[in-house]
Amino acid sequence: MSSITPNKHRRSLMELKRDYQLWIMIIPAIVVVIIFNYIPMYGIQLAFRDYDFSRGLAGGAWRGLHYFSQFINNYQFWDLMRNTVIISITTIVLGFPAPIILALILNQVKWFRTKKLLQTIVYMPHFISIVVMVGLLNVLLSPNTGILGQLISKLGDTDINLLASTNSFVPVFVISDIWQHAGWNSIIYLAALSTVSPSLYDAAKIDGANKWKMILHIDIPALVPTIIILFILSMGNVLGTGFEKVFLMQNSLNLPVSEVISTYVYKIGILSNQFSYSSAIGLFNTVINFFFLVTMNWISKRNSDISLW
Amino acid sequence: MQATTNHKRSTGEILFDISIIILCVLIFLIVAYPLYFVIIASVSDQTLVSTGKVTLFPRGISFFGYEQIFQDMRIWIGYKNTVIYTVLGTMFNLLLTIPAAYTLSRQEFRARRFLMFFFVFTLFFNGGLIPTYILMKDLSLTNSMWVFILPFAVNVFNLIIARTFFEASLPKEIYESAALDGCTHFKFFFYIAIPLSKSVISVIALYYLVAHWNDFFTGLIYIHSNDLQPLQIILRDILLSNQVFSQGGGSGGSAGGYAQQFADQVKYGVIIVSTIPILIVYPFIQKYFEKGVMIGSIKG
Repeated sequence: MSSITPNKHRRSLMELKRDYQLWIMIIPAIVVVIIFNYIPMYGIQLAFRDYDFSRGLAGGAWRGLHYFSQFINNYQFWDLMRNTVIISITTIVLGFPAPIILALILNQVKWFRTKKLLQTIVYMPHFISIVVMVGLLNVLLSPNTGILGQLISKLGDTDINLLASTNSFVPVFVISDIWQHAGWNSIIYLAALSTVSPSLYDAAKIDGANKWKMILHIDIPALVPTIIILFILSMGNVLGTGFEKVFLMQNSLNLPVSEVISTYVYKIGILSNQFSYSSAIGLFNTVINFFFLVTMNWISKRNSDISLW
Repeated sequence: MQATTNHKRSTGEILFDISIIILCVLIFLIVAYPLYFVIIASVSDQTLVSTGKVTLFPRGISFFGYEQIFQDMRIWIGYKNTVIYTVLGTMFNLLLTIPAAYTLSRQEFRARRFLMFFFVFTLFFNGGLIPTYILMKDLSLTNSMWVFILPFAVNVFNLIIARTFFEASLPKEIYESAALDGCTHFKFFFYIAIPLSKSVISVIALYYLVAHWNDFFTGLIYIHSNDLQPLQIILRDILLSNQVFSQGGGSGGSAGGYAQQFADQVKYGVIIVSTIPILIVYPFIQKYFEKGVMIGSIKG
């Protein structure tokens, strides 16, 4: 053994000499990721400590799980959990199949130019900023002046304000999300469909399968690996409803259903400067998401051999 | 195609094709109409728009909204800031991401597996808002333009897309034979890798560019001074907080009425003016999307 170690040592030195240019190319990226991604992870200990302005991040007194129990015993805890879970589960249940269905439909369009035009159009909303998206909802859904708002109040014969009602917050949030992203998210499925060998369709045709059967038995099975990977990733986000859109859609009237963990962390932490308490809430959120991701990945690995790692 | 097989199409098949056509038309209308409506509403008489009389074509042409926008200094300061942040930010992103992706794509580079894990881990776990906020404060990045440019300069998804592209298009053998002729990694990267990967670099540049242009969060959390605010914060004030007119007058709010109609026209106009740069870049890069995403989807 002792004779191997110096050899190994020499080999890594040689490799370092050989690869030093590769290291130079990657070190800036490593430095930026350490500073902005890993140092905040070190700062997570704030969730277990008091924050001391004069002594910095790690200087405050150790409080253990104090801030976690403060959160769990908070009267808002169950409301926050319920709102967060309802918004993200509805987004997953309705939003996850939408791009798959869209890809299956687009894949049936055989005219090349029509397909390209449709794709160009459905990808486009993805590039609209969240602020503009919510602004668009505001002008279109406004009950007095918005074209959709007027249409809906005529159809429903009510004077409902879709933007300021506890009943319509989740549907408006989810449907607009599908409108904006289903097209873009279908790209990855279309790519998977384009790898299906045409001979499979020919063989199916000879066996007398109709187009519907081909979708069921050729297209959908071809998508399964992609579906599983993306589903695991989306489960890792169960408590991660994007902060920005919820925050921008919030108003005092829909707040009972629109206050979620991330917006609460922002208000408690950034606006009221309760750093330790809000760090604890944030960590609570991250850990649950991480747990879901790992569990889903484990289930999938056991049952289908498809996994993220 | 039908002629060559020369068999009669069954009713079921015809019905299937018809339903596909109907679905496609519906999808087209659902996605395109709201976008089209914003355009025609921004140049129409607002009394007609708010009573639902503008549906297919602009009516009672009026450029009031755009006149207001061109006079509003807030929008132009925001525009200028966002252009600076986007250009510098995207350049910095590419400068870090593309070389790092090249290194990670070299199979003989032994640390690549560990470093890949080092990057990917940040996708699944992070410090959270508050520790990040305190870090930015300690680095004096709050209320500074650099907070838009330096942090999170490497997007792991983009890194994977570029790495997978380099792996597929620059096999080890090409580098090895070039290395025999004395080609170093630097030379190989500049003279062979970069010219070959224009498509993937443009896709990644577009992703970064859009992310910077649409960034609202950074301004909200880290910037207090109005002179540094990006366009998206100004847009929030105008579109959502209803501070349409910079003088403060005319924000009709829920009172509705006359002022609200004019406010709406400004809003339609602002949506267009703020989204134009992206719509200009979009067609040039669109053809690379599928390529980019397809490469990215291959698990490495």
